[in-house]
Amino acid sequence: MTEARAVRETRSFRQRWLPHPLLTLILTGFWLLLLNDFSMGGLVVGLILGTLIPLYTTNFWPSPPRVESYPKAAAYFFLVMWDIVVANVQVAYWILFWKNDQLKPKFFTVPLDIRVPEGIATLAGTITMTPGTVSSDLAADGRSLLVHGLHVPDEAETIANIKSRYEARLLEIFA
Amino acid sequence: MIFYALVFAFAAIGAGLMCNLWRLLQGPSIADRILALDTMVINSIALIILYGVLQGRTVLFEAAILFAMVGFISTVAYCKFVLRGDIIE
Amino acid sequence: MTFFAEILISLLIVAGGFFAFVGSFGLIKLPEIMQRLHAPTKATTLGVGSVLVASMLYFLIIEGSPSIHELVITLFLFLTAPITANFVAKAHLHEDQHPEALPPTGGEHGWATFDAPPDQRVAGQERGAD
Repeated sequence: MTEARAVRETRSFRQRWLPHPLLTLILTGFWLLLLNDFSMGGLVVGLILGTLIPLYTTNFWPSPPRVESYPKAAAYFFLVMWDIVVANVQVAYWILFWKNDQLKPKFFTVPLDIRVPEGIATLAGTITMTPGTVSSDLAADGRSLLVHGLHVPDEAETIANIKSRYEARLLEIFA
Repeated sequence: MIFYALVFAFAAIGAGLMCNLWRLLQGPSIADRILALDTMVINSIALIILYGVLQGRTVLFEAAILFAMVGFISTVAYCKFVLRGDIIE
Repeated sequence: MTFFAEILISLLIVAGGFFAFVGSFGLIKLPEIMQRLHAPTKATTLGVGSVLVASMLYFLIIEGSPSIHELVITLFLFLTAPITANFVAKAHLHEDQHPEALPPTGGEHGWATFDAPPDQRVAGQERGAD
């Protein structure tokens, strides 16, 4: 307890009152989007909300995630967007034109190299949104993901694809 | 032309909602019913947006946002109840 | 210009209705719950996504009054779809799957739905040892 207080007092002014500057910016932008209109009053209320909400929820975010490179994160975003479209066409094709017994559904385990919680969450979300795979569960120690595939002819190939296409990129993004 | 596209989309999403309803009534397991309800919410959002386009008004989109939020929270709450037997621990 | 915009918007609306229907159709066609989970999470989300983009384009080009609400809804749906899918999968695992029927985790701990997470302090030590 006393230790925690000592830590609190060493934080700078910005860390104390503006713990997550990026979150403040995003919240303000989101408020303006919700208003569907730009006005000075809306901006002020958005800034107030954007400062207060991180202050009151800071206990849920003990350490802000560190993003190494924003260009790589943006590239990853567009890669995933494109893969979502491809995934949807693929899954729609399987649903409409394949008989049910042609599909080979399967649970498989993806061992994780990434340890950052935010990175694991992003990877799990990406796996769910992209071709024929849904992430179902995380190991209790956070070292592997349980993934269900709609059509998995070759398990090793699917795992290698997930690891090289998404996890390697996420490892570069999250330090 | 947009009108005919809208008619097609209304029909497709309406048929989709009927499929969801069938799965909701039929669903062998609880997870099936939760999934059917969640899909119904997403389809209803699409229906609201399309109606907004048909009317040429954006007023309904606030309802769509509320629908999306309430649908998500209720799905998560239901799953949490199944998983833990309690919603707020 | 408006003509091409109309074609584009119509195509997006038709694609949206089509994908939304395919997602719901998969819900009744596929034989097993984990397979059914694939249809709504992907197809339906893309269906709604393209309907929302069509609506944005419609109000921007045809009506001349830009509307950004759709962007918020699209982002919200795309961010929440994986979480919903994960929760439904966990509910299914909890309700009617045996832990023995799943592939092993490859570590000493089981899957989080069945196995309690290791103590926070132990996890910290493990991380330190890495």
